[in-house]
Amino acid sequence: MSVRTPYSRVQGLGAARSGTQHFWLQRASAVALIPLSIWFAYAAIQLVGLSYEEAFSFLHEPFNALALALFVLAAAYHMTLGLQVVIEDYVHTEGTKLALLLVNKAFGWIIAAASVFAILRIAL
Amino acid sequence: MSNTPDTPARERPLSPFTSIYRWPVTMATSITHRITGVGMALGLILVAWLVIALANGPGAYETFTDAAQSPLGRLVLFGFAWAVSFHLFNGIRHLAWDMGFGFKLPTASATGIGVYVLSILGAIGLFVLAYCKAGLL
Repeated sequence: MSVRTPYSRVQGLGAARSGTQHFWLQRASAVALIPLSIWFAYAAIQLVGLSYEEAFSFLHEPFNALALALFVLAAAYHMTLGLQVVIEDYVHTEGTKLALLLVNKAFGWIIAAASVFAILRIAL
Repeated sequence: MSNTPDTPARERPLSPFTSIYRWPVTMATSITHRITGVGMALGLILVAWLVIALANGPGAYETFTDAAQSPLGRLVLFGFAWAVSFHLFNGIRHLAWDMGFGFKLPTASATGIGVYVLSILGAIGLFVLAYCKAGLL
């Protein structure tokens, strides 16, 4: 589904490079994070006071592993989009801005990949 | 934009900024939403640390739980709980705005105060549940 304007599609850039798509994906990931973050809060409380073996077996459960992986992916995605706007709002030097935008993307990918890899190691 | 020189020939007039305006609650919730969002980047690092430690074994997990149970760790985790709570409630407020609800100024102010109250109650609630779970309450 796309909410981009016809002109934006023709131009292939979108308002302010890719404004509408960014706006839409930020909202889509926000909606996904409503149930996922509530589940994450539940899971975080479940983990409190557990021994290593008990905590491990909690995340060894397929449902818990899947839910946590989905939470981390949605959160990392939403975070990358949000931090991008913060950088664009406050950094006005083109070179520094470009560097920070790349660091931001790398940070999001590293957090997501490292977490999901660790969750897979626990679940499998 | 990219064509703007770094140092203008002379000081340009600026529009009034946050130091000039009085702070309505809507302005406070706006910047709090952004600050909690940036702060939760640290929270996601902690989540990554948790799952990596759990995957690496009991020693690594003990390092994590020791850090989490330290006074600083509890403070950071309370901040994380509050940030998640605030960003969730205020995010729902933003989504309502996106659909055209709650834009009247008295409504926006009231929901703003409501979000602050709910977020603090939410964070305290999460900590009460966590302390009960740990058998400390």
